[in-house]
Amino acid sequence: MDEKIVVKNLVTRYGNKTILKDISFSVQQGRITAIVGGSGCGKSTLLKHIIGLLKPASGEIWINGKDITKLSEMQLNDFRKSIGVLFQGAALLNSMTIEDNVALPIREHTHLNEATIKIMVKMKLDLVGLSGFGDFYPSQLSGGMKKRAGIARAMALDPEMLFFDEPQAGLDPITSAGLDALILKLRDIFKMTIIVVTHELHSLFTIADTIVMLDKGELIFEGTVEQFKNAQDDRVKRFITRTPEDENYCPEDYFNILTAD
Amino acid sequence: MPLKIVNPIAIVGIKTVNILSIIKNVSILINEIFYWTLISPFKTGKLRLKSTFSEMVKIGYNSVPIVVVISFFVGMILALQSAYQLKKVGALIYVANLVGVSLTRELGPIITAILIAGRSGSSFAAEIGSMKSAEEIDALRSMGINPVSFLVSPKMMAMLIMAPCLTIIADFIGIFGGFVLSITAVGIHPHSYIQQTINALMVKDVITGLVKSIAFGAIITVVGAYHGFQVTGGAEEVGMRTTASVVSSIFMVIVFDLFFTVLFYYFT
Repeated sequence: MDEKIVVKNLVTRYGNKTILKDISFSVQQGRITAIVGGSGCGKSTLLKHIIGLLKPASGEIWINGKDITKLSEMQLNDFRKSIGVLFQGAALLNSMTIEDNVALPIREHTHLNEATIKIMVKMKLDLVGLSGFGDFYPSQLSGGMKKRAGIARAMALDPEMLFFDEPQAGLDPITSAGLDALILKLRDIFKMTIIVVTHELHSLFTIADTIVMLDKGELIFEGTVEQFKNAQDDRVKRFITRTPEDENYCPEDYFNILTAD
Repeated sequence: MPLKIVNPIAIVGIKTVNILSIIKNVSILINEIFYWTLISPFKTGKLRLKSTFSEMVKIGYNSVPIVVVISFFVGMILALQSAYQLKKVGALIYVANLVGVSLTRELGPIITAILIAGRSGSSFAAEIGSMKSAEEIDALRSMGINPVSFLVSPKMMAMLIMAPCLTIIADFIGIFGGFVLSITAVGIHPHSYIQQTINALMVKDVITGLVKSIAFGAIITVVGAYHGFQVTGGAEEVGMRTTASVVSSIFMVIVFDLFFTVLFYYFT
C-alpha cells in the first residue's frame, strides 16, 4: 500500500524543552491512523507539524512527494487546500453561520457562483447529518453538532486527507460513537487518508487501522491495532489497561516540596 | 516564588532581546498587512468588499455620534478657554482663528484617533485574540487562508478610509461648537466669526490634519492586530492584550503626532 505521509526524524523544541524527540513513522493511503498518548505527550504538536502550522527544529515531513517543512507560506497554502482539519473545539468562526463557515474555503479558493456554492454546502451538511442547520450560528449548536459542522467545513474542498484533533473530546458516548461512524464512512466512501489524534480507547479500537503512540515526546509504538493490543512495552500496556503511573517521588520528597520556600 | 538575583548586564540583555523580538514581529506584521491591503488586490484582483464595508460601518458610521458629541464639547471648551485669555488683550475675534486652526491641525485628528483607539483598536485586539485562543486563526491557516488577509486587511482598508472621514466630521463639529459658544457666551457676531474662521484656515491646515489621521488609523490597526495575534492563553490574556492595545495605540499616536507636527512645522 502507498505511503501517503512519511515523517522522518522530527524534532521540535519550545525554548530549551524538547517536545518531539526524533519521531519517524509513515501513514498509509486510504487508512485511518490514530496518534495516541497521554495528555501533554506532543500528539497535537505533531499534528500541527503535519499540517504545516508549526516548523520543526529538524526533520522532514514528506506528503505527496514534497517535504512540507521546506515549503514557503504561499506553497503551504496550496498544500493546505488538499487537506481538511477538524480542531479540538471545532474552531468554527463564531461570527458566521454554519453555511458560511462551510462555504468559506470554497469562496476563498474557487471562482464558483453562489448557487453552486450553496448546493455544495448543502451536500456537505447532508453528509454530516446537519441539513437544515445552515442558518444557525455555532453558538446555537451542541458540542457534537459543532464537530459535525467542523467536519463539513474540512470536507468542503473534497480533500485527499483529513486530520482530526481529539474529535471525541467533551462528547457523550452516543455522540462520540456517531462521530466514529462518520469517520469510518468518510474512509470507506471517499477512500480518504485520515489521521486522528485521540486518547479515547474505545473509539481508537473502533476506527483505527494503524496506531502510532507517543510518550513524553518519544515514539514508542507503530503498528496495527492487533499489534498494539499485544504489545509488550509497559507504557503501551498501561495505556490500554488504564493503569496509573507510579508516584514520581517518595513521601519525604513530597513533604519537602510542600514546605519549601 | 523566591526572588532570583539576576546580573544587571543580563537584565539589559534580556530587555534588548525582548524589544528586538517585538520590533521583528511588528515589522513582519506591518509588511503582511500592507501587502494584503495595498498590493495583493492589484495582483489577484480580489477585494474583500463585503467585510471592508462591514468594518467601515463598525469603525466609521457607529463612531459618528461619539465623535460629534466629544468634538462639539472640545470646540466649546477651546473657545471658552481662549476667550478667557484673548479678552485680556482685546482680541476676542481671534477665538475663531484659534479654534479653527487648532482643531483642523491638531485636535480634530487626535481626538478622533483616541476615540477610534478606544472603540475599534480594542475591538480588533479582542476579536483577533479570542479567535486565536479558540484555534480559529489556526483553522483559517489550515484552510489555506491567510489570517492577515482575511481579518486585518479589511480593517486596515476601512480604517484608512474612515479615519479621515471622522476627522473631517470632528473638524466641522468642533468649529461649530466653538461658533455656538462664541456667539452666545462670548458675544462675537456670527458673521464675523465665520468670516474670521474662513480667513484663518488654509487648505494645508486641513490637509495636514487629514494626513495625520490616515497615519493614526494605520497605527491603531497595526497595534490592535499585533496584540490580538500575540494572545497565546485564554480569556485573561485577551483582556490584558485589549488593554495593552489601547494604551500602546494612544502612546504611539501621540509619538507620531509629535513627529508629524515637527515635520509639518518645518516643511509646510
